[in-house]
Amino acid sequence: MSNTKALTPVLECKNVNISYYTRAGEIPAVIDFNLTLMPGESIGIVGESGCGKSTVALAIMNYMGKNGRVKSGQILFNGRDLQQMNDEELRRIRGSQISMVYQEPMASLNPSMKIGEQLIEVPLYHENVSEAEASQRAKEMLAAVRLPDPQRIMDAYPHQISGGQQQRVVIAMALLSKPALLLLDEPTTALDVTVEAGIVQLIKDISKQFGTSMIYISHNLGLILETCDRITVMYSGEAVESGSVQTVFNEMRHPYTRGLFASIPLPGTNKHSRPLVPIRGQLPLPQHRPQGCYFGPRCDFFQEGRCANKAGVHMQPVPNEDRHDVRCVRFEDIDWASHRPVGLSGEQADIGKVVLEVNHMKKYYSLKDASLMALIKGKKVQYVKANEDINLIAHEAETVAIVGESGCGKSTFAKVLMGLEEATAGEVKLNNVDISKLPVEQRKAQMVSLLQMVFQNPFDTLNPSHTVGSQIARVIKKFGIEQDPEKINQRVMELLDLVKLPRDFAKRRPRQLSGGQKQRIGIARAFAGRPSLVVADEPVSALDVSVQAAVTGLLTDIQRNLKTTLLFISHDLSVVRYVSDRIVVMYLGRIMEQGTTDEIFNPPYHPYTEALLSAIPIADTSVKKRHIVLEGELPSPVNPPSGCPFQTRCPRKIGAICEAQMPPLQQTDTGHAILCHIPLSELSKVEQVIQMDAA
Amino acid sequence: MIVLAGKRLLAMLLIMLVVSFILFSLFESDKMAVAGKVLGAYSSLEQRELWLTQNGYDAPFLERYLQWVGGALHGDFGNSLQYKVPVSELLADRLKNTGILTLVFFLIMIPLSLTLGVLAGMKEGSWLDRVISVVAVLTTSIPEFVTATFLTGVFVYSWHLLPGTSSMTGGFSWKELILPVMVLVIYDFGYVTRMTRASMAEVMTSQYIRTAVLKGLPYKRVIMRHALRNALIAPFTVIVLQLNWLLSGLVVVEVFFAYKGFGYLLVDAALFGDIYVIEACVLVAVFVAVFSQFISDIGYTLLNPRIRFS
Amino acid sequence: MSSSVKLEDEKAPVKREAGLKLFFKRLALIRESPVGMVGAALILFWVVMAVLAPVLPLYDPNAIMAPFQKIGAAAPDGGTFWLGTDHKGRDILSRIIWGAQKVLIWATFATFVAYVVGMLMGVLAGYKGGWADEIVSFIANIFLSFPFIILCIIIVATLGASGWTVVVAVTFASAPQIMRIVRGLVLDLKTRDYIFAAQTRGETPWYIMLVELLPNARGPLIVDACLRLGYTVVAIATLGFLGLGLPPPDPDWGLMLKEAVPLGAFAGHTMYLPAAALASLILGFNLLADGLREISLRD
Ligand SMILES: Nc1ncnc2c1ncn2[C@@H]1O[C@H](COP(=O)(O)OP(=O)(O)O)[C@@H](O)[C@H]1O
Ligand code: SF4
Ligand code: SF4
Ligand SMILES: [Mg+2]
Repeated sequence: MSNTKALTPVLECKNVNISYYTRAGEIPAVIDFNLTLMPGESIGIVGESGCGKSTVALAIMNYMGKNGRVKSGQILFNGRDLQQMNDEELRRIRGSQISMVYQEPMASLNPSMKIGEQLIEVPLYHENVSEAEASQRAKEMLAAVRLPDPQRIMDAYPHQISGGQQQRVVIAMALLSKPALLLLDEPTTALDVTVEAGIVQLIKDISKQFGTSMIYISHNLGLILETCDRITVMYSGEAVESGSVQTVFNEMRHPYTRGLFASIPLPGTNKHSRPLVPIRGQLPLPQHRPQGCYFGPRCDFFQEGRCANKAGVHMQPVPNEDRHDVRCVRFEDIDWASHRPVGLSGEQADIGKVVLEVNHMKKYYSLKDASLMALIKGKKVQYVKANEDINLIAHEAETVAIVGESGCGKSTFAKVLMGLEEATAGEVKLNNVDISKLPVEQRKAQMVSLLQMVFQNPFDTLNPSHTVGSQIARVIKKFGIEQDPEKINQRVMELLDLVKLPRDFAKRRPRQLSGGQKQRIGIARAFAGRPSLVVADEPVSALDVSVQAAVTGLLTDIQRNLKTTLLFISHDLSVVRYVSDRIVVMYLGRIMEQGTTDEIFNPPYHPYTEALLSAIPIADTSVKKRHIVLEGELPSPVNPPSGCPFQTRCPRKIGAICEAQMPPLQQTDTGHAILCHIPLSELSKVEQVIQMDAA
Repeated sequence: MIVLAGKRLLAMLLIMLVVSFILFSLFESDKMAVAGKVLGAYSSLEQRELWLTQNGYDAPFLERYLQWVGGALHGDFGNSLQYKVPVSELLADRLKNTGILTLVFFLIMIPLSLTLGVLAGMKEGSWLDRVISVVAVLTTSIPEFVTATFLTGVFVYSWHLLPGTSSMTGGFSWKELILPVMVLVIYDFGYVTRMTRASMAEVMTSQYIRTAVLKGLPYKRVIMRHALRNALIAPFTVIVLQLNWLLSGLVVVEVFFAYKGFGYLLVDAALFGDIYVIEACVLVAVFVAVFSQFISDIGYTLLNPRIRFS
Repeated sequence: MSSSVKLEDEKAPVKREAGLKLFFKRLALIRESPVGMVGAALILFWVVMAVLAPVLPLYDPNAIMAPFQKIGAAAPDGGTFWLGTDHKGRDILSRIIWGAQKVLIWATFATFVAYVVGMLMGVLAGYKGGWADEIVSFIANIFLSFPFIILCIIIVATLGASGWTVVVAVTFASAPQIMRIVRGLVLDLKTRDYIFAAQTRGETPWYIMLVELLPNARGPLIVDACLRLGYTVVAIATLGFLGLGLPPPDPDWGLMLKEAVPLGAFAGHTMYLPAAALASLILGFNLLADGLREISLRD
């Protein structure tokens, strides 16, 4: 990379401004964007949703839709301006020299065409090849992206293969004509962690094997670290910092970049001693950007005169560093050493009495359709074993995390707890009362109020037809906490204070709130009845990265102060590591391992936990990680494998016994439990998956 | 797939059974009223009772219903009170006429509305799209007999180009078919055009079309191979279901132009109180409607690989 | 949360908006859709006419005066037949305006009844699912398998022609369609987390259906109601045209057409005028629905 001057860049963006034109007027989506990509290089673009990442990618493709336009600036591909090309020239470049991989693999493939036909189109229309040859090339490429049985995939329709396989197909399609530039727009966001790990591995190998230049777009800093040489950080339409991955991760100069790193749970953070530092406020909408530095209102170093200047803030090179630029007028005089931001932290609350006890709980869904027809025919019933033999205990003031990939039965477990589903067998005791067979309609208001939930999707959690205040008030009235309207109102105000929102929010409707604010209202609603147990189902996974820390902090803070038990459901082990006291790892409806957070993150590991840990992308250059990539697909819970549920993908499988017998639950004195045929002593003999560099 | 077809077929039979039962109870549960209709308002009680006994009306209701269904299955609906001929003969002739009208209508309407819909949806917001959309709303907003009024005024009364009635007394005549078909097409093409347009427009903004364009395929290939197939699934269902709507329109148009079709027969019978003809006509109409629903369901499944293989 | 965030400074609406108020807000938005504007204007015109019918200086719509008078002809009593007279010598202007009143009243009433029935069926089927859904859907399918006009004909043939028969016919024909729409909306809405939230605090199914679900379905329903009003007007007029509608001699647009068409050759206006009235009113409903839909897709 030292002789960059000798080569022409594959791609060069020069002062690019892109706008969308809507009824509300012009929306500047990307402002003054610069980027230089050398052959063989890979650049990561990182930023929160709405900051303009995809717009950049589509502008490179010159595919801006009806209402988008590159307003000014140049986008040069191998020195030629893409904006100046006519349709036919563009067509020849698209798909052959520049190709793209999308976030939603299912939506990106034509549902009514066989995959084979969709693949062979690429060589057929770009090169002069026969159909047989194109088909041969497609098959080879499918094998190259490590899809088993390429012929079967060629003959399948997109919906007949899994999400991970679909994404491999899209990648194969993008590579078929050996492009010089590959754009990847959040290629793994829609996938499960272990599947993501496989795709990321594949992308890394591709860039080595084919020498393709890449632009990798993601909101996840950890993924950029794993895949890219250079990084551009975007905020609200602008690039705010760019440089080599090593420099930006270790010596970032922009307050936003720094804030981002401080607000994501890295292995070094801890909710008691080294808490996350949230970035205050929220992303401005493009129409509401402040004057001068767009990050100004959220920046700790904001200075009225300098930062809010009319001329705007421009990218400046950091002196004496190679290709490191920052968009901050004060980057040279901020004294980071003496800057000690305070996060939300608190003493560990005393873990108290047992609040929740689950014994041998099972939940089967019968797959019979409840129709008259089926009833008449008396069809044989099939079961989805969504939860199988669940045992766990949660104490007062404790945070217990449940982790696992989609379909592992986390939500089902939550539904049984909440009384939306009845357990098929076993006990669920809340404060010593068995509620496993007690649907919510039969529970007393007082018991219902003891057990509340925070939901995943901020856009769904509040009813759009009612005001925020009336929705909280309804809970208070329903649970019989207060009856007098005056007092109810008083209590609503207190709850708004509790979640740190202004009191006049009570009169607002959900659509006037941002995602993070809605989630706060969801938290207020859950805590309105002074519950003893709160179930939080992925409470922050749909929020912007810079807002996640604030909401996580708020949730754990309230929980600690009120000594509430928190069941934290998540697929994200880094968040889980940060918030929880104990962790339960589930796979296909079963608990594979449970123990304290330390126990889970240190050997002995269950082989599945080991793979999950290795799949977490970690945005820390000093962390070393062992790479374990799981083969195969998640089996269906309708047809779980015989013996050990993990047997079909387990890298440490010891042989026939894993296929034949359900493994024993091996338990230590401290309660650390692992479901595996390999003895604990053997399982202990591995290195830590995530190692912090001592240096 | 076969299971699905079987299920649908069963549901269809069930519906036909319930409909026929409702019809029968509606028109024939009151025996005296039936006799009154058959023998006329001035018949005496004795006459009516005699008639009832002679015609097997003394049997219990359910038995009569079963006999009636049995007869209907063999095409025996009794005799028309108004025309004194077997209903089946009357109906067969009228259905043939309606069939001709429907066929000509579909032959014109389908290609017209699909082409317009695809053209409009391909470039959403273009002037062509706007013109097509506006025309489509205008024409679907005007009920058949109003369109028929205007067309008659222009083509019959003012320009004297076409005949104002289509009773085909002098044998089959294409000229008499023009106005009825025109009215039906004008009323119905708008709806299908709008559906096709919406479906095409949605497909054009879908991510897989973006993929196809960014793969560097020629525009023609993107439209013909990637977009059309997916965009035409919804209109297909609509066109088949259109039969149900069309039946309503046929009734009106046939009455307006005195076209000797089945809709005209039905209204005629309703005004006269010719219960056996009403029963037969309604059964046929419902059968056509239910059967088109069946075809549309099966067709949708066949066209949609996501449902076909699951 | 710092106070620097833009969103928090916005003035929040203080009062709760009821469904009707929202409807009027939507109507106000129609200003942004020219198509919707035209539709609203057409409807407004006819509504004003219908409301003012008793106070306008009109001839008795059933009074028999001079037949086949031309537009603007002088009346025997010294007045003017602004739109002429029909074959029986009745004032066409008066008949059209009184006809508008009648068709609007019955159409609104019939649509309203159909909506109440259809919505209850739809919410029940969609939210409860299982058996309730099967039964309600089956009943709906039975009525949906009748072509609209044919269902009306059967009902009129059994009940006799009257305004109430029209209401019954429209209810049987429309309610199942409304039920399908509502059911679809509910099936989508009931998977939302706020419904789970309501369930987990032990709300009764009726509370959830009526307070949590239905208000969120109103957007598409308002559009549909508008279209459906148009259909109902068509249905009433069609029945009139077939001779199965509201009984004479009171003015009915459909019947006026039926009587005028055979005589159209020498008295075109007796046929064109009611046709134009009918077309404009129905066009109004369709255009307004289009405008409303366009607006709801925007936000
Ligand atoms: N109502 C249901 N009927 C049938 N299967 C269900 C139902 N709810 C969940 N499942 C199945 O149970 C399994 C576990 O699902 P879930 O609890 O949603 O897991 P997670 O929350 O981890 O995604 C999945 O295979 C899912 O398809
Ligand atoms: S320019 Fe000012 S407000 Fe913007 S990041 Fe730098 S210090 Fe903060
Ligand atoms: S029991 Fe066997 S297959 Fe299962 S986790 Fe242990 S080693 Fe792997
Ligand atoms: Mg889930």
